[in-house]
Amino acid sequence: MTTDAKPTQTSRSRLDPEAMPRRDFLGLTAWWSAAATLLFGFLGAMRLPKAAVLPSPSKKFRITLPASLAPGQPYLPAGRSVALYKEESQVYAISLVCTHLGCIVKATDSGFDCPCHGSKFAKDGSVLKGPAPKALPWREVKHLSGDNFFVDEGKSVPAGTTAGV
Amino acid sequence: MSDVAEKRSAREESAVGRSLENLKAAPRRFTETVFRSGRPHSDRTRSTFVFGNVFLHLHPVRTHRWSLRWSATWGLGIAAISCFFVLLVTGVLLMFYYKPYPDVAYLSIKDIHFVVPTGRFMRNIHRWSGNIMVVIVLLHMARVFYTAAYRSPREFNWVIGMGLLMATLGLSFTGYLLPWDQLAYWAITIGANIAQSPRELTDALGITEWFDVGGLQKLILLGAEEVGEEALIRFYLFHVMILPLILVILVTVHFWRIRKDGGLARPIDADNRLGPSSGDVYPVFTEAAQKTYSLAAVVKGKTPIVGHGPEQTIPSMPHLLIGEAAVFMLTIALSVILAIFLDAPLKELANPAVPENPAKAPWYFLGLQELVSHSAFMGGIGIPLIVLIGLGLIPYLDRETEGSGLWFGGLGGRSLVIRSAIFGLAAVVAVEAFVIRFGWIRQWWPNTPQMIITFINSGTLLTFLYATYSVWCLRKYNSTRAGALALFTCFVCGFVVLTVVGTYFRGPNWDFYWSPSQWPGH
Ligand code: HEM
Ligand code: FES
Repeated sequence: MTTDAKPTQTSRSRLDPEAMPRRDFLGLTAWWSAAATLLFGFLGAMRLPKAAVLPSPSKKFRITLPASLAPGQPYLPAGRSVALYKEESQVYAISLVCTHLGCIVKATDSGFDCPCHGSKFAKDGSVLKGPAPKALPWREVKHLSGDNFFVDEGKSVPAGTTAGV
Repeated sequence: MSDVAEKRSAREESAVGRSLENLKAAPRRFTETVFRSGRPHSDRTRSTFVFGNVFLHLHPVRTHRWSLRWSATWGLGIAAISCFFVLLVTGVLLMFYYKPYPDVAYLSIKDIHFVVPTGRFMRNIHRWSGNIMVVIVLLHMARVFYTAAYRSPREFNWVIGMGLLMATLGLSFTGYLLPWDQLAYWAITIGANIAQSPRELTDALGITEWFDVGGLQKLILLGAEEVGEEALIRFYLFHVMILPLILVILVTVHFWRIRKDGGLARPIDADNRLGPSSGDVYPVFTEAAQKTYSLAAVVKGKTPIVGHGPEQTIPSMPHLLIGEAAVFMLTIALSVILAIFLDAPLKELANPAVPENPAKAPWYFLGLQELVSHSAFMGGIGIPLIVLIGLGLIPYLDRETEGSGLWFGGLGGRSLVIRSAIFGLAAVVAVEAFVIRFGWIRQWWPNTPQMIITFINSGTLLTFLYATYSVWCLRKYNSTRAGALALFTCFVCGFVVLTVVGTYFRGPNWDFYWSPSQWPGH
């Protein structure tokens, strides 16, 4: 082997070869397609942890309000996070899930208090104090018959929406 | 030939005889095959002992005397990995009985606590070393920062370290749910809703319907809308499998990098500062280095040891290994002592209808919870993100060389750190005192749009004060390092004060109380 056989190579060392010879185009394509395949495969696999069907129990329920329910007095169905009120012949429901970080608020004389970071809400659910960004939403109520009502905790309605008896 | 000798050689010739001889020699040969270099009694055999052993060979063969001084590291990194080791062992033991299903989980922790032999002890150790690990990882990070040890060529190892910090916090957070008691349930409910809090912003912009990162994050985390069986199994999976794996991988890279970056950071004039070597250190190369390292020809840039001998280094075995063993034993001792005297808490069974009042996250998140009590998005996501990005950028912004490897090294030095600490403490105490005494925008003008409160609250105000102060320091000293020293110190002060306030001074309804004895109903 003589040095002048390959004059262009003299400035390059064995450790610093030509950057990327053209014939490596195929090699590059292979690497990139392998990488892209793995990436898409990974993204596809990541679809799995995002549940398509949520295991939550139904948010709809029927309820019979006690006839003795005083106006402005909350009625709290067991196992539900919603308070029902009866005023004259109108019934409405307000969510008890704090709009800040999801604690269950307590119905008090002045409205609702959240134990977690001190948000306070008025009787109609609007924010009075604290970090809660939104008012407590009102929930859908439908009158069925007599003192029987249908409530959908999953459906918000504009504040002030009531169901007539 | 005598009779005896004849018999003996006859026996040696028979295959049975040879096997018997080999059997006798087996223990010795076994030892020789395990420790191929023989007993480590010279420097040379000690070196072969280290690099011939798969568990030890992450260590360098020789270690610089500078790095072996206690004040160089306080052993914090080794203490962190020791904690992890303790957690691994006790965690696997807990897995023998723990069942990740709502309510059953609670009962199995009760079993572990009251019935399983040594169960309570193991659980206590697991709980306390988890806490100790968080503290130690934070202290380790502060050590690296204050000794300016993140600088070139160690920038990337600092980034890996941040990954390790997040993996550690993630392990703690996911572990917190597993007992399925009230404490666990509500801490995780709050945590999951923090993940959802970008909604605060998207709602205010009215784009949640199309672009709901917050909702997606919560959904992936919980696998459902509320904390329930889906969430528990996910947290369990993260806690015992995914995060420990990630942590182990990151730790391996972290340690590997330390060696590739030429050992721990030390000042350029470390040799002079150390003074002459003591008796047990002698030059490795008695003449100017003749040796060229074949690898060094391939590797570009500065390689740590070519050109001069590692004069101020001493064999890692035993000097480094003894230090590590000492830290390891101390860490174990600390968690065992805590575990003997303090039981890990276990409250009543989780009740999704009645939140704990106050519902507190684990202590190291109480600083965040304090911020979150001003704005969910800013406190839980915005500010932590800013802090993380800031931390990650430090080694890429600070390209200075002055004071590397020295405590409080760099322009400004110790006096700047003290002044920043005073400023940092004053600012956070003032902001907190103001908010506790006078409330915030929503109390004064209840109709203020949420956007304004999201962007102007005590958390963002504090961040702004700290940032302004450190930019001022940066300009005053004309040094990025000075700005970084100021900002990091302020950040530490803010973290400590907010954590203390969240832990000791917040009672029911997150109201301020001077002491828990004043809590109503207690
Ligand atoms: C950095 C590492 C780790 C930290 C910070 C950590 C933290 C925690 C925490 C705070 C708990 C709640 C403990 C309690 O209430 O008693 C817990 C529980 C648990 N951990 Fe870990 N852990 C770590 C590593 C591991 C590993 C590696 C495993 C297993 C391979 C593990 C398995 C478990 C199990 C089964 C429980 C449930 C038992 C219980 O709650 O007492 N942990 N962990
Ligand atoms: S969850 Fe209600 S104030 Fe934070």
